[in-house]
Amino acid sequence: MDLNKKFTPETWPDNPETATFEAKNKFVGFWLFLGGETILFATLFATYLALKNKGPANLEFSTQELYELPLVFVMTMLLLTSSLTSVYAMYHLRNYNFKKMQLWLGITAFLGLGFLILEVYEFYHYVQLGFVYSNSAFSSAFYTLVGTHGFHVAIGLVWITLLIFRNAKRGLNLYNATKYYTFSLYWHFIDVVWVFIFTVVYLMGKVG
Amino acid sequence: MSSVAQKKGFGSWLWDWLTTVDHKKIGILYLLGGGFFFVLGGIEAMIIRIQLAVPNSDLISAGLFNQIITMHGTTMIFLAAMPILFGFMNAIMPLQIGARDVAFPFLNSLGLWMFIFGGLFLNISWFMGQAPDAGWTSYASLAITSEGHGVDFYAIGLQIAGGGSLIAGINFLVTIINMRAPGMTYMRMPLFTWTTFIASAMILFAFPPLTIGLFFLTFDRMFGANFFDHAMGGNTIIWEHIFWIFGHPEVYILILPAFGIFSEIFSIFSRKRLFGYTSMVFATVLIGFLGFMVWAHHMFTVGLGPTANAIFAVATMAIAVPTGVKIFNWLLTMWGGSIKVTTPMLYAIGFIPSFVMGGVTGVMQGAAPLDYQLHDTYFIVAHFHYVIVGGTVLGILAATHLYWPKMFGTMLNETLGKVTFWFFFIGFHMTFLIQHWLGFWGMPRRVFTYMDGQGWNSANLISSVGAVFMAIGVIVLLYNIIMTSVKNVPVANDPWGDGRTLEWAIQSPPLYYNFTQTPLVRGLDSVWIEKQEGNESGITPAVPVQDIHMPHGSIIPIFMTLGMFIAGFGAMFREETSWGLPLLVFGLAWTFVCMAIRSLKDDLGYYVPKEEILEDMKRERGRK
Repeated sequence: MDLNKKFTPETWPDNPETATFEAKNKFVGFWLFLGGETILFATLFATYLALKNKGPANLEFSTQELYELPLVFVMTMLLLTSSLTSVYAMYHLRNYNFKKMQLWLGITAFLGLGFLILEVYEFYHYVQLGFVYSNSAFSSAFYTLVGTHGFHVAIGLVWITLLIFRNAKRGLNLYNATKYYTFSLYWHFIDVVWVFIFTVVYLMGKVG
Repeated sequence: MSSVAQKKGFGSWLWDWLTTVDHKKIGILYLLGGGFFFVLGGIEAMIIRIQLAVPNSDLISAGLFNQIITMHGTTMIFLAAMPILFGFMNAIMPLQIGARDVAFPFLNSLGLWMFIFGGLFLNISWFMGQAPDAGWTSYASLAITSEGHGVDFYAIGLQIAGGGSLIAGINFLVTIINMRAPGMTYMRMPLFTWTTFIASAMILFAFPPLTIGLFFLTFDRMFGANFFDHAMGGNTIIWEHIFWIFGHPEVYILILPAFGIFSEIFSIFSRKRLFGYTSMVFATVLIGFLGFMVWAHHMFTVGLGPTANAIFAVATMAIAVPTGVKIFNWLLTMWGGSIKVTTPMLYAIGFIPSFVMGGVTGVMQGAAPLDYQLHDTYFIVAHFHYVIVGGTVLGILAATHLYWPKMFGTMLNETLGKVTFWFFFIGFHMTFLIQHWLGFWGMPRRVFTYMDGQGWNSANLISSVGAVFMAIGVIVLLYNIIMTSVKNVPVANDPWGDGRTLEWAIQSPPLYYNFTQTPLVRGLDSVWIEKQEGNESGITPAVPVQDIHMPHGSIIPIFMTLGMFIAGFGAMFREETSWGLPLLVFGLAWTFVCMAIRSLKDDLGYYVPKEEILEDMKRERGRK
């Protein structure tokens, strides 16, 4: 592959993310990886549901009292919006508009960072209350499930930051188009997992 | 290329192997690593059998016995059987579909080194005072109270090796989906490719639960979590579910590739098309699917209730149907065939009754009420050794003889091969057949010794003598390998003379880019078809000779894995030492830096020029 090949929006392929042989492999491989990740989170969800509100005899924390929906709602909005902005970025990727793509990805990363900061605040707040990791089976399951998701967000942020800076000077080519595209797949996946966390952990924790 | 290679010194030879991304070399490395651990696990098995040969034996202590049985099981499953199968998948599957390499050569290397470092991590426990001692299933109630660092080695070592397996699984899947040669439709794929495909799909969905289970165990033991601690609201049964949701598919991950290997062997040495190819494929897919539906049959006595037990009992017995389909297809492949009893064929013929016996005892245990009687007795030990040794290990030994010439360019001695077979086969049945009765007579599994006068003495002695036979068989095989390598008599493309699939139409060992021209596939058993139609080369090229794109080697996989290895020690000694936490952070940071380097540095590969390929083709013609 020639990285120096110059494209115009007219010569840029319709599906740049799968335009080369290696790109097709990465594309399929990443989808399969997300399949495995789905099972990984499913296991965490199942364990959380089994251990929800379970602890030693004098457990003082329950989902009803602990969770604060307004904060979680703001986090949800940030992450859902970041998924939308990554769609805009992919729209510009397909139209060979590098500057706008970078801009939208920057906004995506910014929103993701906002989510992560709020999550750290949320955890910090719980720890201040005494709901630490080793407090109970419930606390372990909660922090492991939500924390694994947060860890995925952090990985995604590092990933997209590296991509944005690495390619800032050289623009789009068929080598990095797939990298951008798989990032967006990953980001959507994280978003979907969060939708389930919001529902299963927080909403069902309040009313279920 | 090859003339340059001969002038290299030891350093660059070693560098070449450490950085290789060539699927054939990685296959050989998997075979070496897996072979090493197979011998190690075998030595552990011998110690077990020597200890149990006579009653009231005090050769080894109860604690050491627990460590040895734990490490025997863990080593054989994760570090011997799977890697050796990965070795054959790597070396052969891309050749069977007419590909030049796997889809992700870099990840292939990463998976290999994760297996090797994970295996080393696990076995370093022997030198650090305590090996894991909670059984290969490491049930949580035992595992979280096990003292010392034994179980920590288990949790982290398997985490690293398991990650490698997941990577390999995804890699094989994409290879088969995207990289088949023109004309190689799914229903023209050789059976070994099919079983690799299904086993890889099972790896993709079975290993993430193991990852999570091991993390829970790690967090419970090292970071104060309470997943399995009943006093803190935890539930130890969660581990059993998670482990078996992984563990049951795992046994099919082990057996399906062996089924594939035997399918190839029956077809080659009966000189007949595989009987019922379509039903064979369908049965493979069905076994893969049902394999995920039966995990709770390992937990009948836990007390899940009669409804759950009944459902899982029926699902378990249902697996016997597609397996039976396969058995009959193999028998009917031989029926009317022109059979040549070579060493691989001998293994294949021996496999059928052995595996059927293992399958039948499996259905017996599938009946939940009977399982209450058989649970935790030697009957179980006999059963799973009949399926794993009688299926997977016989398959591995058969494949070793079958594919040795393709992988190494020289043929294992057939006479010694048959000697190995008979020692191993007789020893295997001698060791494990009698254990069914030991189970009926009430001998529990996992006991380090037993009292005199319970009627178990002679049966145990017979079993131990059988183990010696198996050991002799393996020693003969090792001798065979050494002698063959020393003599190193080169062989032709198709040393067995009846190869049917693409790997037998290229050189042994293949050129580093495999095919000079990508082949055109016109049907099942394409080389056989070409030869029947008078095309001696066995291949019709799909494209003219052209430049070939190849990936660069890389040292990054080893360094990336090294980071995880270091982080593992950090996590383990985090609480008792001051350097534990910094080491954990350092190891993880190291791995992430390696990942960043891999991501930031463009790696576009290189082209093998057309001239070099034409040169190789000319030399190949000259050789004939």
